[in-house]
Amino acid sequence: MLRLVVRRLLQLIPTLLGLSVLLFIWLNRLPGGPASAILGERATEADVARINRALGLDQPIYVQYGRFLKRLLDLDLGTSVQTGQPVWDEFVLRFPATVELSLAAMLIATVVGIPLGYLAARKRGGWIDVASVSGSLVGICIPVFFLAQLLKGAFGEIFGTFGRQSTGIDATSVTGFAVLDGVLTGEFDAAWDALMHLVLPGIALATIPLAVIVRMTRASVLEVLGEDYIRTAESKGLERRVVRVRHVLRNALLPVVTAIGLLTGSLLSGAVLTESVFTFGGIGSFIRTAIDARDYPVLVGFIMFIAMIYVVINMLVDLAYSVIDPRVRVH
Amino acid sequence: MRILNSRSTRALTAAITVGLIATGCASDRDKDENKSGAKDTFVFGAPGDPASLDPALASDGETFRVTRQAFEALLEHESGGSKLIGGLAEKWSSNPEGTVWTFNLRKGVKFHDGETFDAKAVCANYDYWFNWKGTYQSSAVSYYWQTIMGGFKANEDKETPKANYKSCTVKDDATAVIEVFEPSANLPGGFSLQALAIHSPKALQEYAKQQVTEAGDAITYPKYSQEAGTVAGTGPYKITKWNKGNKEVALERFDDYWGEKAKVKNLVFRTIDTEEGRRQALQAGDIDGYDLVAPADIKTLEGAGFQVPTRDVFNLLYLGMTQEANPALKKPEVRQAIAHAVDRENIVKTQLPEGGKVATQFMPDTVAGYSENVKKYAFDTAKAKSLLAGAGASGLSVDFCYPTEVTRPYMPAPQDIFELVKADLEKAGIKVNPKPKKWNPDYVDAVEKGGCALHMLGWTGDFNDGYNFIGTWFAGYDKQWGFKNDKVFNAVKAGSLQGDPTKRTDLYKAANEAIMEYLPGLPLTSSPPAIAFGKNVVPPKVSPLTQENFAEVSFK
Repeated sequence: MLRLVVRRLLQLIPTLLGLSVLLFIWLNRLPGGPASAILGERATEADVARINRALGLDQPIYVQYGRFLKRLLDLDLGTSVQTGQPVWDEFVLRFPATVELSLAAMLIATVVGIPLGYLAARKRGGWIDVASVSGSLVGICIPVFFLAQLLKGAFGEIFGTFGRQSTGIDATSVTGFAVLDGVLTGEFDAAWDALMHLVLPGIALATIPLAVIVRMTRASVLEVLGEDYIRTAESKGLERRVVRVRHVLRNALLPVVTAIGLLTGSLLSGAVLTESVFTFGGIGSFIRTAIDARDYPVLVGFIMFIAMIYVVINMLVDLAYSVIDPRVRVH
Repeated sequence: MRILNSRSTRALTAAITVGLIATGCASDRDKDENKSGAKDTFVFGAPGDPASLDPALASDGETFRVTRQAFEALLEHESGGSKLIGGLAEKWSSNPEGTVWTFNLRKGVKFHDGETFDAKAVCANYDYWFNWKGTYQSSAVSYYWQTIMGGFKANEDKETPKANYKSCTVKDDATAVIEVFEPSANLPGGFSLQALAIHSPKALQEYAKQQVTEAGDAITYPKYSQEAGTVAGTGPYKITKWNKGNKEVALERFDDYWGEKAKVKNLVFRTIDTEEGRRQALQAGDIDGYDLVAPADIKTLEGAGFQVPTRDVFNLLYLGMTQEANPALKKPEVRQAIAHAVDRENIVKTQLPEGGKVATQFMPDTVAGYSENVKKYAFDTAKAKSLLAGAGASGLSVDFCYPTEVTRPYMPAPQDIFELVKADLEKAGIKVNPKPKKWNPDYVDAVEKGGCALHMLGWTGDFNDGYNFIGTWFAGYDKQWGFKNDKVFNAVKAGSLQGDPTKRTDLYKAANEAIMEYLPGLPLTSSPPAIAFGKNVVPPKVSPLTQENFAEVSFK
């Protein structure tokens, strides 16, 4: 197990290095730069030159990259051009919001998706099956921003639609996770308010993973149901509940867990649209403005960060695999 | 996986159902609380986050919108207008050359931190800025100081402009004298800028301990400018909280304010960065007002009972022509042909909100220096064709850049305006090659580098001085225009060197006439930007300079 973890961590290094070189070259080839983004219509050539010099952007790309790499080794992601604050601080400030939103979405997707997929398989051909299969098709096809708008229109009156909390909620920040903070500090109103603000963006963000999970669970359960060992288990008179949970679900969930892991990674990076529609102050909306402002340090830092998360999640999925199915450990 | 046994599943389903029902009830209760509490909190939907809470370090409108409520400058603009009036200085005067400015200060003014406002405080601020070193001297940090006052006591970069600020003298507690080396078109208007608003000297001492730093490849703003609590001005509101995660800045009424106190106790600026998001938030009652209303939304909002006042025009949209990008544009006849080809009335009628105007010169008619006698170019397709033929440019083909995904106060619907201009030009026989670009930074950058033969851009004025408009474009060679014409350049510069306001206005009029004779580009329109407010709001007077004073706001 430890060897697996170490090997995966070592694999991280060349992946991230390669990615950072590609990113640097790509971003620097884009037209425009932070200077014109900062000054807008007011910029004169001299202003732009002055700012580029001040930001070190007039130097050759390999010098800039070298500087970036050196900082990275010191675990310093640089400073955001937009806000003038360390990128790391900006991430720490906004990341809890995105994690909270992604967790809410993943919770909705799994809590609803797995039972629904299971039921669809058990009642194959029944109305639940037809509804969940066609529903999941719609879920995959519907654009997130469109669904988000629909949800806002339909339920905006009931749930919080803008931001992470209502205006005027003066909550104490401990961990940065608004719901958890409210509970920890005993400010239950604030926790409730934050929870309500998670509902609609959570549902919007959950649709695609939900659809994927329903379909995967259904397919996987169907496959397992047809296996000989299930028939054996049933014919030897095992209690139905035991067969379903211990034999069917446990085996059927293996591929689903893999999917959940990968989907979680994509949620973190895919929150951009949802956060924008709901003006949810997480990483997603920050990245959107960073793209507009050619905020290179933020963009590079973010993509590296997401890459790292993907690798770590993959690792965790592998570990979870070996817990669910001990045979994996043998190989 | 044990949670999935059927009993647990049932329990979970029940919990979710109960939760959802409770949610409905609870949020109804929350709404009611908000309604009753709404009277003392006004929430404004801003299009972007502020960059800093210290206006001296900023150059963007979103920062100033927030800080303007908390910081006051020596001079201000009249509520709802562009005329300069006293701010922290009750009266002001200058010597005939415009190099010595005397300010008679308001008495009984307190800063938010309890300090007293006096002439020493004024000089402490100006001297503090003048003595900035290191990264502060970067134009990204001190853009407006450099624009208004030039450089610093000791410039560290040879490209930093020469200092025009000479000194600030305390004559007595209520009189401060600021001297500059040369007359400047930016004075006295510059004394009204938020970037030169007065801070508490005690706070300044605190600020000085935390430096702007430059590490790696960016500028790091000091901590004080990012957190509420340290900054202290004299305005009707004090900034109490900046919740970056929730994208809101909270301000509270300053009870010791010298003037009329703010009517609403709490003021919150909440960032909603999409136009549609802001409109929906207003409609849903989450905010009480917002800025940058899309012209297409005005009728809908008004129809639903919202208030959508439009500001007086103080901006200009032009069709830029970059002569170096297409040699045909070097011929005056070709530029004139383009000017005659475009039906500007039609743009005003079909694209602008009520109050929009055709522009005859490179400044709106609200700016001192506007001339009635400029050469005008009436819409006349036949004339355009004959001018082109005369110049041997029939069948002219020209690249035309326009921005996408943006609206500007002077350019509400860039793509639609582009389509109209394009159709007009094609009617006159000019082949237009559309070059759509994303606004920031692609479009702005391409235009600045002179890469767009035809393009649309504009400007909203900072203060009421002609140089703030024409000086921005025609004080010297600029790649965006790609021409050298000393007659035009000198005419524009002459105004900026004249200290006497009346004479200066005359010089600007002459400059406008020279510009329109030469016709470097075509001024298109001036557009009144709209701002929206809730049904139960008594809005502030809307300002052509977009400098609304939210202390005037109240609820019906």
